[in-house]
Amino acid sequence: MYAALWRRLPGNRLVKSLLALLLFLAVVAVLFIWVFPAITPFLPFENVTVEGGP
Amino acid sequence: MAGRRWRAVVGGIGELFITVGVVLVLFVVWQLGYVAVVDSRAQLGVVAEGEAQFAAGGASLPDIPLQSDPTATGGAGGTASTAPKVTLEDGRVFAILRVPRLGGPTWARPIYEGVGLPVLAKGLGRYPNTALPGAIGNFAVAGHRAGHGNPLIDIDAIRNGDVMIVETRAGWVVYRAQRHTIVPPTSVDVVAAVPQKPGVKPTEAWFTLTSCDPRFSSTNRYIVFAKLERVIPRAEGLPADLLADPR
Repeated sequence: MYAALWRRLPGNRLVKSLLALLLFLAVVAVLFIWVFPAITPFLPFENVTVEGGP
Repeated sequence: MAGRRWRAVVGGIGELFITVGVVLVLFVVWQLGYVAVVDSRAQLGVVAEGEAQFAAGGASLPDIPLQSDPTATGGAGGTASTAPKVTLEDGRVFAILRVPRLGGPTWARPIYEGVGLPVLAKGLGRYPNTALPGAIGNFAVAGHRAGHGNPLIDIDAIRNGDVMIVETRAGWVVYRAQRHTIVPPTSVDVVAAVPQKPGVKPTEAWFTLTSCDPRFSSTNRYIVFAKLERVIPRAEGLPADLLADPR
């Protein structure tokens, strides 16, 4: 998977490294901004209220 | 050839595991680092905004009268029935909580109406239909202990007698912590008008904070009960010694 990606990235080793880093940061951004906020409501430490409270 | 294919499959599975591991670590970084900082800053921004509005007359914040003076009430029934009706809009900030024990004189967090998760991501939230700050009954507020700026991360540091001040447009409502308890999440009686005595007619003004316990878990709820000491109208100003750091 990652080997295939590495082969497809253009340029020499330095350029490939920079591009790989950029891709990684893009994935992190997607996770931080959209994915993680969407899943936290289903995790236990979000619950701080007593249920069915008035 | 078959061997090479197997190597690719096993290698692929290995990469998948590594990826999952990295994503889980990133999630922890996000929850404890990123969100804590971003949401905490946002909440402090709301506090600063609220303070500026209070200083300027606070026209855009709900006007909750300082209705209950514990020395003036005390009779049967209290002021609950004669208290003016104030309706708060869900998701709207209406007060600032100050608890010097949680971070010194400057520790402050916004209190919103409602306890839905989108509301609690912004700060503390009042259980709808509980008492208003200072009123006879139980002013019940929930807040995160882990995540979303962890407003109540140190709720277990609150000691009996600690001052807990709710600031509204009209002034300051000063409560003193009386006791704490750890209860199952189903114990809705902690937000009853008389804490832990559902159905009993309230004659005193209480303030209840709820958060999770242990931290990062939803097994139980950590509850702090505080009782009204006095109310201070805005014109009088808040005595600085009330905010003295007890730590």
